[in-house]
Amino acid sequence: MTATDFVYVTYIDTTPEQLWQALTSAEFTRQYWGQRGIQSSWQTGDTVQLLKEDGSLDWSGRVLEATPPKRLCYTFDPATDDEMPGYQGARVDLTQPEKPSRVTFEIEPYLGKVKLTLIHDQFEPSSKVLPGVSNGWPVILSGLKSLLEGKSSLFPDWR
Amino acid sequence: MKTDMNDIFKALADPCRRELLDRLTEKNGQTLGSLCQRMAISRQGVTKHLALLEAANLVVVVWHGREKLHYLNPEPIQQIHQRWIGKFEPQRLQALATLKQALEEK
Repeated sequence: MTATDFVYVTYIDTTPEQLWQALTSAEFTRQYWGQRGIQSSWQTGDTVQLLKEDGSLDWSGRVLEATPPKRLCYTFDPATDDEMPGYQGARVDLTQPEKPSRVTFEIEPYLGKVKLTLIHDQFEPSSKVLPGVSNGWPVILSGLKSLLEGKSSLFPDWR
Repeated sequence: MKTDMNDIFKALADPCRRELLDRLTEKNGQTLGSLCQRMAISRQGVTKHLALLEAANLVVVVWHGREKLHYLNPEPIQQIHQRWIGKFEPQRLQALATLKQALEEK
Protein backbone atom coordinates (compact mmCIF):
# COMPACT_ATOMS: atom_id res chain seq x y z
CA MET A 1 0.00 0.00 0.00
CA THR A 2 1.37 3.39 -0.92
CA ALA A 3 0.72 6.86 0.41
CA THR A 4 -1.75 7.70 -2.33
CA ASP A 5 -4.60 5.33 -1.53
CA PHE A 6 -8.17 6.50 -1.20
CA VAL A 7 -9.99 5.32 1.93
CA TYR A 8 -13.63 6.00 2.83
CA VAL A 9 -15.54 4.72 5.84
CA THR A 10 -19.26 5.16 6.31
CA TYR A 11 -21.86 3.67 8.66
CA ILE A 12 -25.14 2.63 7.08
CA ASP A 13 -28.43 1.65 8.69
CA THR A 14 -28.91 -1.58 6.71
CA THR A 15 -27.86 -5.24 6.73
CA PRO A 16 -24.65 -6.70 5.26
CA GLU A 17 -26.76 -8.73 2.81
CA GLN A 18 -28.60 -5.67 1.50
CA LEU A 19 -25.39 -3.71 1.18
CA TRP A 20 -23.87 -6.61 -0.76
CA GLN A 21 -26.86 -6.58 -3.12
CA ALA A 22 -26.52 -2.84 -3.56
CA LEU A 23 -22.85 -3.18 -4.55
CA THR A 24 -23.23 -6.14 -6.90
CA SER A 25 -26.57 -5.82 -8.71
CA ALA A 26 -27.16 -3.53 -11.70
CA GLU A 27 -30.74 -2.89 -10.63
CA PHE A 28 -29.40 -1.31 -7.42
CA THR A 29 -26.33 0.49 -8.78
CA ARG A 30 -28.47 2.31 -11.35
CA GLN A 31 -30.27 4.00 -8.47
CA TYR A 32 -27.20 5.61 -6.90
CA TRP A 33 -24.40 5.39 -9.47
CA GLY A 34 -25.58 7.85 -12.13
CA GLN A 35 -27.87 5.30 -13.86
CA ARG A 36 -24.91 2.97 -14.35
CA GLY A 37 -25.39 -0.78 -14.04
CA ILE A 38 -22.69 -3.11 -12.71
CA GLN A 39 -22.34 -6.43 -14.56
CA SER A 40 -20.42 -9.50 -13.41
CA SER A 41 -20.85 -13.16 -12.59
CA TRP A 42 -18.83 -12.33 -9.41
CA GLN A 43 -16.66 -15.41 -9.90
CA THR A 44 -12.97 -14.77 -9.16
CA GLY A 45 -11.16 -13.90 -12.38
CA ASP A 46 -14.30 -12.92 -14.30
CA THR A 47 -14.83 -9.44 -15.70
CA VAL A 48 -16.69 -6.59 -13.99
CA GLN A 49 -18.18 -3.82 -16.11
CA LEU A 50 -19.95 -0.62 -15.23
CA LEU A 51 -22.29 0.28 -18.10
CA LYS A 52 -23.85 3.67 -18.65
CA GLU A 53 -27.49 4.24 -19.50
CA ASP A 54 -26.69 4.16 -23.26
CA GLY A 55 -24.89 0.81 -22.84
CA SER A 56 -21.38 2.24 -23.22
CA LEU A 57 -18.58 1.18 -20.90
CA ASP A 58 -17.61 3.45 -18.00
CA TRP A 59 -14.91 1.23 -16.50
CA SER A 60 -14.05 -2.45 -16.39
CA GLY A 61 -12.03 -4.79 -14.21
CA ARG A 62 -11.64 -8.32 -12.92
CA VAL A 63 -13.02 -9.92 -9.78
CA LEU A 64 -10.21 -10.57 -7.31
CA GLU A 65 -12.43 -11.71 -4.46
CA ALA A 66 -16.18 -11.91 -3.85
CA THR A 67 -17.09 -13.25 -0.41
CA PRO A 68 -20.71 -12.30 0.29
CA PRO A 69 -21.61 -10.40 2.40
CA LYS A 70 -18.16 -9.47 3.67
CA ARG A 71 -15.55 -8.59 1.11
CA LEU A 72 -15.64 -7.56 -2.53
CA CYS A 73 -12.47 -6.78 -4.42
CA TYR A 74 -11.95 -6.00 -8.10
CA THR A 75 -9.54 -4.21 -10.40
CA PHE A 76 -10.51 -0.86 -11.91
CA ASP A 77 -9.62 0.31 -15.38
CA PRO A 78 -11.39 3.47 -16.65
CA ALA A 79 -12.75 3.38 -20.20
CA THR A 80 -13.73 7.08 -20.39
CA ASP A 81 -12.47 10.35 -18.94
CA ASP A 82 -15.96 11.20 -17.69
CA GLU A 83 -16.07 12.77 -14.25
CA MET A 84 -18.74 14.08 -11.90
CA PRO A 85 -20.61 17.25 -12.87
CA GLY A 86 -18.57 20.30 -11.83
CA TYR A 87 -15.30 18.38 -11.53
CA GLN A 88 -12.28 20.56 -12.34
CA GLY A 89 -9.36 18.30 -11.45
CA ALA A 90 -6.99 16.14 -13.49
CA ARG A 91 -8.57 13.73 -15.95
CA VAL A 92 -7.56 10.29 -17.12
CA ASP A 93 -5.42 10.31 -20.27
CA LEU A 94 -6.93 7.52 -22.35
CA THR A 95 -4.04 7.62 -24.82
CA GLN A 96 -1.69 6.66 -21.99
CA PRO A 97 -3.53 4.02 -19.99
CA GLU A 98 -2.34 3.36 -16.46
CA LYS A 99 -2.22 -0.14 -15.05
CA PRO A 100 -5.55 -1.05 -13.39
CA SER A 101 -5.94 0.01 -9.76
CA ARG A 102 -7.76 -2.00 -7.08
CA VAL A 103 -11.09 -1.44 -5.32
CA THR A 104 -11.89 -3.26 -2.05
CA PHE A 105 -15.15 -3.07 -0.10
CA GLU A 106 -15.22 -4.46 3.43
CA ILE A 107 -18.58 -4.93 5.08
CA GLU A 108 -18.78 -5.45 8.85
CA PRO A 109 -21.69 -5.42 11.27
CA TYR A 110 -21.34 -2.55 13.75
CA LEU A 111 -23.72 -2.02 16.68
CA GLY A 112 -26.67 -3.33 14.73
CA LYS A 113 -25.75 -1.27 11.66
CA VAL A 114 -23.13 -1.81 9.00
CA LYS A 115 -19.65 -0.35 8.62
CA LEU A 116 -18.56 -0.02 5.01
CA THR A 117 -14.88 0.53 4.30
CA LEU A 118 -13.78 1.32 0.75
CA ILE A 119 -10.08 1.16 -0.08
CA HIS A 120 -9.06 2.15 -3.58
CA ASP A 121 -5.32 1.54 -3.98
CA GLN A 122 -2.51 0.34 -6.24
CA PHE A 123 -2.42 3.53 -8.29
CA GLU A 124 0.60 4.45 -10.37
CA PRO A 125 2.78 7.26 -8.96
CA SER A 126 1.16 10.64 -9.83
CA SER A 127 -1.86 8.76 -11.17
CA LYS A 128 -4.48 10.70 -13.11
CA VAL A 129 -7.10 8.17 -12.06
CA LEU A 130 -6.78 8.93 -8.33
CA PRO A 131 -8.00 12.59 -8.31
CA GLY A 132 -11.19 11.71 -10.21
CA VAL A 133 -12.08 8.70 -8.07
CA SER A 134 -11.32 10.67 -4.88
CA ASN A 135 -13.92 13.15 -6.08
CA GLY A 136 -16.40 10.53 -7.25
CA TRP A 137 -16.51 7.95 -4.45
CA PRO A 138 -17.95 10.29 -1.77
CA VAL A 139 -20.81 11.20 -4.12
CA ILE A 140 -21.49 7.58 -5.07
CA LEU A 141 -21.25 6.23 -1.54
CA SER A 142 -23.40 8.94 0.03
CA GLY A 143 -26.03 8.19 -2.62
CA LEU A 144 -25.76 4.51 -1.71
CA LYS A 145 -26.22 5.31 1.99
CA SER A 146 -29.29 7.45 1.30
CA LEU A 147 -30.83 4.75 -0.86
CA LEU A 148 -30.30 2.00 1.70
CA GLU A 149 -31.64 4.18 4.49
CA GLY A 150 -34.86 4.60 2.54
CA LYS A 151 -34.47 8.19 1.40
CA SER A 152 -35.14 9.30 -2.12
CA SER A 153 -32.36 9.33 -4.68
CA LEU A 154 -29.71 11.86 -3.64
CA PHE A 155 -28.56 12.89 -7.13
CA PRO A 156 -31.42 11.90 -9.47
CA ASP A 157 -30.17 14.11 -12.31
CA TRP A 158 -26.68 12.66 -12.49
CA ARG A 159 -26.12 10.59 -15.63
CA MET B 1 -24.88 6.23 13.85
CA LYS B 2 -21.41 6.12 15.23
CA THR B 3 -20.80 9.86 15.15
CA ASP B 4 -22.91 12.95 15.03
CA MET B 5 -22.19 16.43 13.73
CA ASN B 6 -21.20 17.62 17.22
CA ASP B 7 -18.28 15.19 17.27
CA ILE B 8 -17.21 16.32 13.82
CA PHE B 9 -17.24 20.03 14.66
CA LYS B 10 -15.63 19.44 18.06
CA ALA B 11 -12.86 17.52 16.32
CA LEU B 12 -12.42 20.28 13.74
CA ALA B 13 -12.36 23.03 16.38
CA ASP B 14 -8.73 22.47 17.35
CA PRO B 15 -5.83 23.87 15.27
CA CYS B 16 -3.56 20.88 16.00
CA ARG B 17 -6.20 18.49 14.73
CA ARG B 18 -6.74 20.59 11.63
CA GLU B 19 -2.99 20.51 11.05
CA LEU B 20 -3.05 16.71 11.27
CA LEU B 21 -5.84 16.64 8.69
CA ASP B 22 -3.85 19.02 6.46
CA ARG B 23 -0.90 16.66 6.64
CA LEU B 24 -3.05 13.72 5.65
CA THR B 25 -4.43 15.76 2.76
CA GLU B 26 -0.88 16.35 1.63
CA LYS B 27 0.11 12.74 2.07
CA ASN B 28 -2.55 10.19 2.93
CA GLY B 29 -1.76 7.00 4.83
CA GLN B 30 0.84 7.94 7.45
CA THR B 31 2.14 6.24 10.58
CA LEU B 32 2.00 7.90 13.99
CA GLY B 33 5.77 8.39 13.78
CA SER B 34 5.62 10.30 10.52
CA LEU B 35 2.69 12.41 11.72
CA CYS B 36 4.66 13.38 14.85
CA GLN B 37 7.50 14.85 12.83
CA ARG B 38 7.59 18.64 12.75
CA MET B 39 4.58 18.83 15.10
CA ALA B 40 4.96 21.30 17.95
CA ILE B 41 3.30 18.90 20.40
CA SER B 42 4.40 15.62 22.03
CA ARG B 43 3.79 12.15 20.64
CA GLN B 44 1.20 11.59 23.37
CA GLY B 45 -0.51 14.78 22.33
CA VAL B 46 -0.66 13.64 18.71
CA THR B 47 -2.01 10.24 19.83
CA LYS B 48 -4.79 11.97 21.79
CA HIS B 49 -5.73 14.22 18.89
CA LEU B 50 -5.75 11.27 16.48
CA ALA B 51 -8.07 9.36 18.82
CA LEU B 52 -10.53 12.27 18.74
CA LEU B 53 -10.31 12.50 14.95
CA GLU B 54 -10.92 8.76 14.74
CA ALA B 55 -13.93 9.00 17.06
CA ALA B 56 -15.38 11.62 14.72
CA ASN B 57 -14.68 9.31 11.75
CA LEU B 58 -12.51 12.03 10.20
CA VAL B 59 -9.49 9.74 10.36
CA VAL B 60 -9.51 5.99 9.80
CA VAL B 61 -6.81 3.46 10.50
CA VAL B 62 -5.85 0.74 8.04
CA TRP B 63 -3.35 -1.92 9.06
CA HIS B 64 -0.78 -2.72 6.46
CA GLY B 65 1.10 -5.72 7.83
CA ARG B 66 2.44 -4.42 11.14
CA GLU B 67 2.14 -0.80 10.16
CA LYS B 68 -0.80 1.25 11.37
CA LEU B 69 -1.56 3.84 8.71
CA HIS B 70 -3.83 6.84 9.23
CA TYR B 71 -6.07 8.05 6.41
CA LEU B 72 -8.26 11.09 6.02
CA ASN B 73 -11.87 9.95 5.70
CA PRO B 74 -13.84 12.35 3.48
CA GLU B 75 -17.21 11.00 4.67
CA PRO B 76 -17.98 13.48 7.50
CA ILE B 77 -16.94 16.41 5.33
CA GLN B 78 -19.16 15.05 2.57
CA GLN B 79 -22.04 15.08 5.12
CA ILE B 80 -21.36 18.73 5.90
CA HIS B 81 -21.16 19.48 2.20
CA GLN B 82 -24.47 17.74 1.52
CA ARG B 83 -26.26 19.46 4.36
CA TRP B 84 -25.30 23.05 3.63
CA ILE B 85 -23.63 23.30 0.25
CA GLY B 86 -24.89 20.39 -1.83
CA LYS B 87 -28.12 22.14 -2.72
CA PHE B 88 -26.26 24.94 -4.50
CA GLU B 89 -24.91 24.37 -7.93
CA PRO B 90 -21.33 23.10 -7.63
CA GLN B 91 -20.28 24.78 -10.88
CA ARG B 92 -21.33 28.21 -9.64
CA LEU B 93 -19.60 27.77 -6.32
CA GLN B 94 -16.49 26.63 -8.13
CA ALA B 95 -16.66 29.69 -10.39
CA LEU B 96 -16.88 31.94 -7.33
CA ALA B 97 -13.98 30.15 -5.65
CA THR B 98 -11.89 30.53 -8.80
CA LEU B 99 -12.78 34.22 -9.03
CA LYS B 100 -11.85 34.79 -5.38
CA GLN B 101 -8.54 33.02 -5.92
CA ALA B 102 -7.78 35.01 -9.07
CA LEU B 103 -8.60 38.31 -7.36
CA GLU B 104 -6.50 37.48 -4.32
CA GLU B 105 -3.50 36.57 -6.42
CA LYS B 106 -3.31 40.07 -7.86
